[in-house]
Amino acid sequence: MRNPLSETIVNIKPSGIRKFFDIVSEMKDAISLGVGEPDFDTPWHIRDEGIFSLEKGKTFYTSNSGLIELRQEICNYCKRKNGVEYDPKKQVIITVGGSEAIDIALRAMLDPGDEVLIPQPSYVSYEPCTILAGGKPVIISLKAENEFRLTAKEIEEACTDKTKILVLPFPNNPTGAIMEKDDLEAIAKVIIEKDLFVLSDEIYAELSYKDPHVSITSIPGMKERTIYINGFSKAYAMTGWRLGYACGPEEIIAQMTKIHQFAIMCAPTTSQYAAVEALKNGDADVEMMKDAYNQRRRFLMNAFKEMGLECFEPFGAFYVFPCIKEFNMTSEEFATRLLKEEKVAVVPGTAFGDCGEGFLRISYAYSIDNLKIALERIGKFVARLREENK
Amino acid sequence: MREQILSVIEKNSRIDTNELAIRLGTTEAAIVEEMAAMEKEGVICGYHTMINWEKTSEEKVTALIEVRVTPQRGQGFDNIAERIYKYPEVKSVYLISGGYDLLVTLEGKTLKEVSSFVSDKLSTLETVLSTATHFILKKYKDHGTIMTNKSEDERMMITP
Repeated sequence: MRNPLSETIVNIKPSGIRKFFDIVSEMKDAISLGVGEPDFDTPWHIRDEGIFSLEKGKTFYTSNSGLIELRQEICNYCKRKNGVEYDPKKQVIITVGGSEAIDIALRAMLDPGDEVLIPQPSYVSYEPCTILAGGKPVIISLKAENEFRLTAKEIEEACTDKTKILVLPFPNNPTGAIMEKDDLEAIAKVIIEKDLFVLSDEIYAELSYKDPHVSITSIPGMKERTIYINGFSKAYAMTGWRLGYACGPEEIIAQMTKIHQFAIMCAPTTSQYAAVEALKNGDADVEMMKDAYNQRRRFLMNAFKEMGLECFEPFGAFYVFPCIKEFNMTSEEFATRLLKEEKVAVVPGTAFGDCGEGFLRISYAYSIDNLKIALERIGKFVARLREENK
Repeated sequence: MREQILSVIEKNSRIDTNELAIRLGTTEAAIVEEMAAMEKEGVICGYHTMINWEKTSEEKVTALIEVRVTPQRGQGFDNIAERIYKYPEVKSVYLISGGYDLLVTLEGKTLKEVSSFVSDKLSTLETVLSTATHFILKKYKDHGTIMTNKSEDERMMITP
């Protein structure tokens, strides 16, 4: 029999998280600080709207690009938060999570050989999606001394005449790094100079603890060359509903809609009705959850400070990214021993790119009580390692 | 900062002030000072404990009593409300808009104890026109706290 598999697919590395996940899944009694999703349930009024839509029999396909009512609400949101206007009929598409938006945006824009700049550490799907779209990923290793922000110089150095897209993943998973207005203005210059397009994954936009998040689309000259990606998973605790969206120039959205139409049809109808309610009446819920995350963030930072673990203060998402280089072991070794010896699961930084070596991703999408127990164990573990290394 | 302190201690009044300071990004001294000020001003009126009495051996009956009264000239409802809330077995008294005037929560050991309070003390007050007593059969949620067992974390242990 012939080899049934595609070489391209086979050659893509499985997610670094996968491997570690297999070990974790055998440890039933471990405490996890390893998830990338909120611990809150979806606010009840949003769930209720989903249920109500089912009761009313709203169980059919929506249009390919999604309910016009929802697209309109998304445009209102962009105007309200970023001061940026989109045409709900032509410049918005509702997708199955932000993940689908990333995938189809890359597929709509890349030809074989086109290069995509991917800053790392970052979410696991940019690199494989680029490869699947026929593009060539070019990794930019973000630096701890820059608080994992992206600089104009780093973009300049990574650019070739084939570079077409810059992925901009801020607020960042896994580092918690943010890009403030002057950071964005600095990179915008290079982006225009090099004639790049931006795929801005702003899924954690609502979880920004310093000042309100600034979208690159609000920087002059950027809206025209940016695909803005957001969704409902993180801000509204709606991960399982699988709902995201992209806004951008009409010609790109049109091609994305074509792929979406043939591959997906439309995003889940129930989720779309629930999302309308989220955008209309969900601001207070977002604020409540953000406050809770912010308290945990401060709590965690303080605990790491007391342990003497080196860690820059992250102002976004719900992760901290402490450095463990002092222990002379790899992130994976550290995480595996921590799991086996203290039964705490954290994610090795290397799951998000080679430059995550020497770091751990610690999620604070957990209750304070849960964090306390986990931190106590991490503290014990760190003290023991220091004793061993003496 | 007041609102932030209150929203935390409303759910957990036993929180360590140092922990509260860390979580709110301020100093412990500032927290202690602010809480003392709020106690003095009567913003904080007490620190109570949420108890699920059903899980104890203590027998308790709680009733909600709707009371219709005749408001008095110059006093409104205040006078009659005071007459009622002075009884220690009365847990709360609210002035209500709508079909009746006062909502009284009453706690007793037995049904008989509660009903005799209503018939002997409450209904006999001069300004009370009528009462309707509802006994609480089960508390599902109280003070924002769901009384049934908490659900497990159903998330996967590790996700990207």
